[in-house]
Amino acid sequence: MRGLDNDKKKLLEKKATYGEDIDLNQFKIDVSEKPYIEDVSKISDQDKEQMLKAGVDLSEKERTGTFIQKDQSVVHCKVKQEGLEVMPIVDALKKYDWLKDYYWKAVSKDLDKYSASADIFPSNGYFIRSLPNQKISYPVQTCLYMEEDNVEQNVHNIIIVEEESELHIITGCTTSPFLNSGLHIGISEFYIKRNSKLSFTMIHNWKEGVHVRPRSATIVEEGGTFLSNYIVMKPLKSLQTYPTTHLVGEGAVARYYSIMVASKNSYMDVGSKVVLHAPNTRAEVISRAITTGGKIIARGRLEGEKPGIKAHLECKGLILKEGIIEAIPELVGITEGVEMSHEAAVGKIAKEEIEYLMARGLSEEEATSTIVRGFLKIDIVGLPSILREEIDKAVAETEKDMF
Amino acid sequence: MLLIEDLKVKIGDKVILSHIDLKIPEGVTCVLFGPNGSGKTSLLMTIMGFSQYKVVGGRIIFDGKDITNLPTYERARLGIGISFQRPPAINGLKLKDMIKICGANDDSLAEKMARKLNLEKFLNRDVNVGFSGGEIKRSELLQLMAQSPKMLLIDEPESGVDLENISLVGETIETLIKGNDHYELPRKVIKRERKRSGLIITHTGYILDYITADMGAVLYNGAIACQGNPIEILKWIKGKGYKECSRCVA
Repeated sequence: MRGLDNDKKKLLEKKATYGEDIDLNQFKIDVSEKPYIEDVSKISDQDKEQMLKAGVDLSEKERTGTFIQKDQSVVHCKVKQEGLEVMPIVDALKKYDWLKDYYWKAVSKDLDKYSASADIFPSNGYFIRSLPNQKISYPVQTCLYMEEDNVEQNVHNIIIVEEESELHIITGCTTSPFLNSGLHIGISEFYIKRNSKLSFTMIHNWKEGVHVRPRSATIVEEGGTFLSNYIVMKPLKSLQTYPTTHLVGEGAVARYYSIMVASKNSYMDVGSKVVLHAPNTRAEVISRAITTGGKIIARGRLEGEKPGIKAHLECKGLILKEGIIEAIPELVGITEGVEMSHEAAVGKIAKEEIEYLMARGLSEEEATSTIVRGFLKIDIVGLPSILREEIDKAVAETEKDMF
Repeated sequence: MLLIEDLKVKIGDKVILSHIDLKIPEGVTCVLFGPNGSGKTSLLMTIMGFSQYKVVGGRIIFDGKDITNLPTYERARLGIGISFQRPPAINGLKLKDMIKICGANDDSLAEKMARKLNLEKFLNRDVNVGFSGGEIKRSELLQLMAQSPKMLLIDEPESGVDLENISLVGETIETLIKGNDHYELPRKVIKRERKRSGLIITHTGYILDYITADMGAVLYNGAIACQGNPIEILKWIKGKGYKECSRCVA
């Protein structure tokens, strides 16, 4: 296999704990270089539309930077604001020697075959950093785009939010509208320093034949806040991810909000885990899952290690037509003085709610979609309105296909 | 306006209403009395067309049109509005958006209406989520205000409402029925409102302190036991209890 020593070969066969096992040999690693595009307005309308569906707006209005990677090549990277760095990870590793202290430090390269493959066959990815005391008001947008069929896209991202700074990122994952199959492996390592804040919004717009295996982890220091919004509502073949946040500094906060819609033949195994290592840390993990025929496993795990921590987990699932939803919330407390709770519910839309709205003049379809829209509406604390709008747009875009 | 003829209703296999005859002409308000479990709410739900209530005999005519088999939303669009006793909570739907659904598209109008019912602070809250009994009543009336129906079906407006708010609820219903609300609606709508009718369920009769009812009816064991002057009926019930009404049926 690909001329490797035995240890590496072994790692490339190491199955993940969860999710369908994928034979990596069916995908190509070597693909043609894609040309760099200086002016994003020259990107084809078709690609622009695909990106827009994933929240990446090439008019670049209200964006502080844009990064686009097609298959294995970075095709565009630009930053528009002082105090903010956006560059291909390969360049960043050359530029900053210290970056090796962050590279593969939050996520283990030996985790499973997917992380191993991203390590052994690295391509690129992005490096985004807000400098100390910088408040970056508008989001940086990044797009991970799969163009050629049967390719394994490996992406390794590192995000560093330096002390007392604030950063917003929107990442759109999408494909060519003609893509039949592919595997996306995304390694993301987030470092949130003292009293800084990151909101990270990811919108997936994959296709029916794509397997997705993100591997991400976040380390939050004292007084820092990590806010993750994850929206995956379009059909895909399989998705398995279980991002973990380590709250290592006192008073650190993590909030995960996930919205998942699985149509027929889509398989999603999505979890969020927060380890509350330090006193007075807070975590909130909230997910909304809807199936219209696919399968969703919604996991969540909170581990409270110090007194004074507070954490809540909420998984709610709605089966609209057919399909399977499995909610698996887990709480682990290892000391007294922890306060953790969870709420999980899987069901269908209550008839009495539909009829209540019908009594106000809505047809059955209108009432159903109003309730679904409400179900997916999560009040996200601290999210800039522009990102709220992007999330609402993504929800509205999918709603059309849901009924 | 509303004509119910020999109505028979089942939930599952159980007959819950039978031989119901009731006529509420345009501009007339009828108060419906009856003990717990007598079928009052079921009658309202049947008029509104809720799926659980199967009409197995008779018919319901509204504004000259047979609505017995119409879906709920079409009845609402024809001008029947209902205030529920225990409506479900709708997560993620703000009260202000519900008011829009009901027909008040203008934000300032919605606010004006909400102010009348001391509900301004509730406009940005999810419908009925964490509302108290009294807040639910007021929110239901707010929705009816926005809907501006020709026929009002109101289920136990006084239950769960504290003394402070009972007059507010009572007076709001009175203005809703009379159609002389002060909020700014197109003249066309106000004109229509003057012909409103009402069917109001009351268990205790307190609501009669605030509204002028033209007729009363007693529902007992799933049938109309008597019809007549609402004040007289209330006196009778207070003096002798509902049991006496069963004689009337016999």
